[in-house]
Amino acid sequence: MKMDRRSFLSFVIGGAAGTTLSPLPWKLTDDLAIWSQNWPWTPVPEKGEVSYANTTCMLCPGGCGITVRKVGDRAVKIEGTKGHPVNNGGICILGLSGLQLLYGPTRVPSPLRRTGERGENRWQKVSWDEALAWVAEKLADLRGKRLSHTVACISGTDGGTVPRLMERFLTAFGSPNFIRTPSMRDSYEMTLHLMQGAQASIGFDIENADFIVSFGSGILEGWGSPVRMFRANSVWKENGVKVVQIEPRLSNTAAKSDKWLPIHPGTEGALALGLAHVILKESLYRKDFVGTHTSGFDRWSKEVVEEWTPEQVETVTGIDKSTIVDLAKSFANAKKPLAICGRGKGNTAGGIGEFMAVHSLNALMGNINRKGGVWAVPGSDHIHWPEVEMDAVASAGMQQTRIDGAGTDKFMHARHLLHRVPEMINAGDPSLVQALFVLDANPYYTLSDKALLKKAWAKIPFILSFSSFMDETAQNADLILPNHMYLERYEDVPYAEGFNKPFIGLAKPVVSPQFDTLHTGDAILRLAKALGDPVEKAFPWEDYEGCLDDTFGDQWEELQEIGYRVESDFEPGSRNTAFETASRKFEFIPEESKDAAKNVMVKAEGEEPAYPLVLIPYDSPRLASGFIGDPPFMIKTVPDTVLKENDLLVEVHPKTAQSLGISEGKPAVLKTPKGEARVRVHLFEGIMPGLVAMPTGLGHQAYDGYLAGKGINFNDLIGPVEDEVSGLDAAWGIRAKLSRV
Amino acid sequence: MKNEQAKKYGMVIDLDKCTGCGACMVACMAENNVPFKKDETNKLDSITWMRVFQLTNGKSFPETDICYIPRPCMHCEGEHGHSPCVSVCPATATDYSQQTGIVSQIYTRCFGCRYCMAACPYHARYFNWWDPVWPNGMEKYLNPNVSPRMRGVVEKCSFCFHRYQRAMEKAFLEGRRELEEEEYQTACTQACPAGAIVFGDLNNEKHKIHQIVNPDPAHRGRPKNPKAFRLLERLGTNPKVYYLSSREWVRRAGDNYLPHEGSGKGH
Ligand code: SF4
Ligand code: SF4
Ligand code: SF4
Repeated sequence: MKMDRRSFLSFVIGGAAGTTLSPLPWKLTDDLAIWSQNWPWTPVPEKGEVSYANTTCMLCPGGCGITVRKVGDRAVKIEGTKGHPVNNGGICILGLSGLQLLYGPTRVPSPLRRTGERGENRWQKVSWDEALAWVAEKLADLRGKRLSHTVACISGTDGGTVPRLMERFLTAFGSPNFIRTPSMRDSYEMTLHLMQGAQASIGFDIENADFIVSFGSGILEGWGSPVRMFRANSVWKENGVKVVQIEPRLSNTAAKSDKWLPIHPGTEGALALGLAHVILKESLYRKDFVGTHTSGFDRWSKEVVEEWTPEQVETVTGIDKSTIVDLAKSFANAKKPLAICGRGKGNTAGGIGEFMAVHSLNALMGNINRKGGVWAVPGSDHIHWPEVEMDAVASAGMQQTRIDGAGTDKFMHARHLLHRVPEMINAGDPSLVQALFVLDANPYYTLSDKALLKKAWAKIPFILSFSSFMDETAQNADLILPNHMYLERYEDVPYAEGFNKPFIGLAKPVVSPQFDTLHTGDAILRLAKALGDPVEKAFPWEDYEGCLDDTFGDQWEELQEIGYRVESDFEPGSRNTAFETASRKFEFIPEESKDAAKNVMVKAEGEEPAYPLVLIPYDSPRLASGFIGDPPFMIKTVPDTVLKENDLLVEVHPKTAQSLGISEGKPAVLKTPKGEARVRVHLFEGIMPGLVAMPTGLGHQAYDGYLAGKGINFNDLIGPVEDEVSGLDAAWGIRAKLSRV
Repeated sequence: MKNEQAKKYGMVIDLDKCTGCGACMVACMAENNVPFKKDETNKLDSITWMRVFQLTNGKSFPETDICYIPRPCMHCEGEHGHSPCVSVCPATATDYSQQTGIVSQIYTRCFGCRYCMAACPYHARYFNWWDPVWPNGMEKYLNPNVSPRMRGVVEKCSFCFHRYQRAMEKAFLEGRRELEEEEYQTACTQACPAGAIVFGDLNNEKHKIHQIVNPDPAHRGRPKNPKAFRLLERLGTNPKVYYLSSREWVRRAGDNYLPHEGSGKGH
């Protein structure tokens, strides 16, 4: 029996003392609440009537229903809503921490106008009237100079009424520059568009799949709608559904999977085609589907069979060929196999070649728009506002090319390419962006290539953040017009990421606004009014609630009552989401863009020998790595092998560390072509030798003392790697050098 | 009340399902007004009634494997309620309830000698080295059913005892003496997005936990389910928290000792 000193010691104490001291009989005196009055220096939570209010969480694109327990007018706890179609009672660690965001000191208490230098965090409170008048004046000035197109908005979401109001505002004002922040949504939307001709969101009927191959998707890290994925994983366990996780690091998902296949990072697309090769060669694909519903199969399969033999794929991926063959067979022999991709939480776009390769596997198995497969889910169709009547200035502005190049001849199929914006700003003189609005996003933190970003930032004359929190972007803005936070406001949440049915959640105020904030929907309406016609007349609503009421019409009351709307009997492929390509078939090689899948792999930036290692990011379920900063509760759960005091630990394989002469916990300098950071080293057997893995979601400079200054921001060490066909940022890592200090 | 059957509340955590996400830790902190500091990286003084540890199979790449293991208080019964911690407390500030099987902590009586901490083989007890401080405004979310603790006392998982009290009050008002299974559930059980935690009365054959674990009364509640095990079974602490795992190395690691012990490493 293995027992160390501590537990052995306690065993002895427990055994010996237990016989000498017999506890007094003590009956239910631990009424934990009655006595605290004796300790006046600890807070006594006020009592009151208990009530529950349902709303929708907006802290990630998951779309979970949450139930807030209230005591009097205080919100005291967030729980998952039972019976909700997305999360049915479950909740994630971030959703649970929401009240720390509501009541926390990182809230922006009122409109703030910068007084010091940008980023110095010196502010002056201004009234809403004053602040909005100031913005209107700047905008009118730009419009007067025929520079309306130089106003841009970076938004974390699209599709809902608030981002759509913003987009409408820009249209009526005369700017095409509404830019959504990158995520795997971009690449999946493009995949569906190119291969299926669908303007749709990706949906996965995961609960009904019976064999999952995940090309690095963090099923248990927060990919898709996190709680739904956690629940699905448990269902898989109960039903014996196999999960094969392909990624270079033993993540939570890999640890829980049935098989973890470590792979050279960035070569996932090659493995997908290697699997396709075996399936084609052994004729294991579903001929009924492939024969009648696909086009381009002959040419595509010829290429795959010629180029992606298991031998070749073994050399590229590091996974031996017998494993490749076995995996391909198990996948093809399953009834409802499903292949998914989008690394980690899916917070980056990724290469289109890789996405299309993985999606081809689903097509080979006929697993499109059917039970247990990938569904094209039509975008929400709840917004039917009248067309904007543009004046000459607006139409001229709208004719201008988007600053990110999306939709131009070069990047015809891309909708949003935010990573290109800093470079474009730096290239222009004066800056192509004269005023920047930021909505539900924190680009100052999440964008990579910080040197480029900072230079571009300095060139933008006016930056306005609508953030409820003092995040990095707000801190480096000129004006903050704080939105109510999600627990204080109405807003429609038009999708739950990866959900396979059309869904709209409704966020409703569960507490009254705690600060002098204003709903961004109302802020937009007031700005439009201040600008006067023609912008004003594009907004025929008194206020934002009136707009919601009008938008949902006779469904508004029901939506408020139930809190969501889901099309439960939705049949995939029924509406405009079937194959709308020129051939009306699934196109292995898209007619519209024959080269789209050309880059199955992209190379990481940097060269050997200057950078002998490869740095990859990893997402953790305990760290929020999107636009929301981690609340104190979450930081508290972070292991001391990830964060020690303010030092971040990177994971390195013991052999790699040994060759560098670095031992556990020791400091080191991590250098990449894009930046340098002091880190500590954690030795981990679960990471492929030659790699360095760094957690995302740390290294914040803003917020409060519970978050700021802890660890390193991965985005400071990496830059975009553009896939030249699609324009998407396909970076998955960067070459690096780690040296002892 | 003497006719009432004594309850033995316990928990079984399915380690095949547990994802290590940490939601149970935060659900517990939120429910029980557990404070937090600016730096929580010294895990020895970081108060987490529920903590998710990480076990590893000790093999090298690529055979390495990891398993997450959530650790609340085990509410050890020991022999006839002589839990390791209860037995050493000179102030009777902690007690084993024969009615519920819950090991209580009465903060008003605790004078901070910390014998119980030394006695607990599961490191489930935490000492308040400081008075709790909530950043300005944040005390608004505190739960009135649970008192914040003060400097100098020990605290630990209570199986959300206040939820039991509330459920009992409600039942009495409705003229009932017994609780339905779902009427009393801990915050972590409720929150777990993976549904990995099952909580209930081990004595009640209708409760899921009883059916899953199948405790053997002849061997102090040792599970008859071959997939189930308890931490440090051989110490004889007779815990009421059980674990399920289909991986043999996990069951073996849990049965013997936690590798974090001794090194002081928390995960
Ligand atoms: S998964 Fe996303 S939407 Fe659901 S509770 Fe967590 S943060 Fe909120
Ligand atoms: S909440 Fe559930 S899945 Fe997450 S760590 Fe706790 S027990 Fe495991
Ligand atoms: S786990 Fe520790 S604190 Fe809990 S009852 Fe057992 S000995 Fe006491």
